[in-house]
Amino acid sequence: MHPAYSVIFFTVASGAGYGLLFWLSLAALVGAMPGGRWLMVAGMLLALALVTFGLLSSARHLGHPERALGAFSQWRSSWLSREAVAAAATYVPAGLLLLLAAFGGASAVASFAALLTALGAAATVYCTARIYASLRTIRHWNRKDVVWIYLALALASGGLLFCLLLALGGHALGIAGPLSLAALLAAAWLKARYWAAVDADPGAYTVEMALGMPDLGTPRPLDPPHTMPNFVMREMGYSVGRKHAVKLRRGVLLALFAVPAVLLALSLITGLSAPLLVLGVLSAAGGLLVERWLFFAEAEHVSQLYYGLQRA
Amino acid sequence: MTTLPPATDKKLGLVIDLDICVGCQACATSCKEWNTGGYSAPLSDHDPYGADPSGAWLNRIHSYEFGEGAAAKTVHFPRSCLHCETPDCVTVCPTGASYKRVEDGIVLVNPDTCIGCKLCSWACPYGAREYDHDDGVMKKCTLCVDRIYNETLAEEDRIPACVRACPTGARAFGDLGDPDSDVSRSVAARDGFNLLDEFGYRPVNKYLPPRKTSVPLDLSETPPPETATGTTAIEKLFAWVDRTLSS
Ligand code: SF4
Ligand code: SF4
Ligand code: SF4
Repeated sequence: MHPAYSVIFFTVASGAGYGLLFWLSLAALVGAMPGGRWLMVAGMLLALALVTFGLLSSARHLGHPERALGAFSQWRSSWLSREAVAAAATYVPAGLLLLLAAFGGASAVASFAALLTALGAAATVYCTARIYASLRTIRHWNRKDVVWIYLALALASGGLLFCLLLALGGHALGIAGPLSLAALLAAAWLKARYWAAVDADPGAYTVEMALGMPDLGTPRPLDPPHTMPNFVMREMGYSVGRKHAVKLRRGVLLALFAVPAVLLALSLITGLSAPLLVLGVLSAAGGLLVERWLFFAEAEHVSQLYYGLQRA
Repeated sequence: MTTLPPATDKKLGLVIDLDICVGCQACATSCKEWNTGGYSAPLSDHDPYGADPSGAWLNRIHSYEFGEGAAAKTVHFPRSCLHCETPDCVTVCPTGASYKRVEDGIVLVNPDTCIGCKLCSWACPYGAREYDHDDGVMKKCTLCVDRIYNETLAEEDRIPACVRACPTGARAFGDLGDPDSDVSRSVAARDGFNLLDEFGYRPVNKYLPPRKTSVPLDLSETPPPETATGTTAIEKLFAWVDRTLSS
């Protein structure tokens, strides 16, 4: 699948934003948010900025962004529509939580808003993942663990941002440190398992099935239907990424998982958190962008059986 | 509404006979001509006469080769939307722009509400939807919905443009939900089949397989080319030239 930069930025930024929102809401809910109101306000602003930037970036990839309101209508059947609804709905409790943090207010209301924000953040990331996981045409996406990976990566990247925020505010990471580390390691384990599984899966559909005449044997493309690639080939047949997949996967393991995990562990041990975590967040951001690029570039689409792919 | 209708009154669709399709592209050209001015207008092209042409077409004609040597077979293979009965290309659409009609089963995109998110094209295993970069909306075969009910056209023209254009009669249009229709009868008689039946979208369009070749070709029986012989001077000269050139 063609890796559209707008969608890569969207899923990475909004994933981290919703992850951070989730951590902040949990901290507010259990009353463990240190640093008075301003750290909470700064965190909420950062999270909402990431989410909003991501959503705007994904709207830019639409042919008709001005009609985007229509995307709220089909939540009965469409995960994309459900994502839109969940994303919009999450703004309400998140905005309330931000206002209450800034100006103070009834703590029962704040707790309720925090609970709804955490649920909304998790639901939105879940819907994003289901958009991909529900597509039976793409075996690299049509898997249960795709949903878990999206959730784990949002939790891990949001956790890193949350730890960085605490460190910049001059606070100890407390329980957030080990929990973020655990999320990071869980995501790494899921992703490594995922790669092994998609490599071992040859694909359920063959070119013989696509043409429907298995008695005739295996078809070979003779004359192409068009002289240059059409939309279907450009959008669904992207294969540049597969050439470098092994190297890029190693890069992801290093930049997204190993480096941030080591830096996070070091900052827990040394207490010298802020500079280490800045590096960790930057490394994870680069790693996440490559991870998301690969998620698209490595994905094979069944329609390519008509264009020379043997199995998908 | 992007939920699928539980059943449709008719199942309008195409039956494509792979035995007689010659891959002439007349159907694809005629489709482009009609639809760039019809329901799907425009079907934009980019750099059409340049080095990297691309554009939205709703019908694509592949040619494949099967088998080896004397048993080899060329099959021309038109590919367009199959108007599936249970396709995810409809249910994934966030806006309701992609829908299946209750009255005749045609799968359409509403060009006024499509936001151009491309998700429906990702959900189609047949590669039947093509995005129009200029128009910003998804394009697909409409089964010429603006011809088949069009009373301003002559009766014989109220069929899809591809069917009207096909010079060999390889394309037929009709109600595949009616077992007594001509198209259903030909599917029954010729063992018509579905593309990628295993995927489970239940296409309405059917394909008829190439007929079995009745006389198997045996290349070993091909006689050697004639050699020039003769008695007159000029015939001897030709025989000498033939021998010299053949050696
Ligand atoms: S062929 Fe593709 S676009 Fe047409 S109905 Fe089936 S899944 Fe949808
Ligand atoms: S491209 Fe248009 S028709 Fe297709 S899913 Fe998006 S909004 Fe629906
Ligand atoms: S016009 Fe008829 S013969 Fe020509 S490519 Fe189309 S289906 Fe085949």
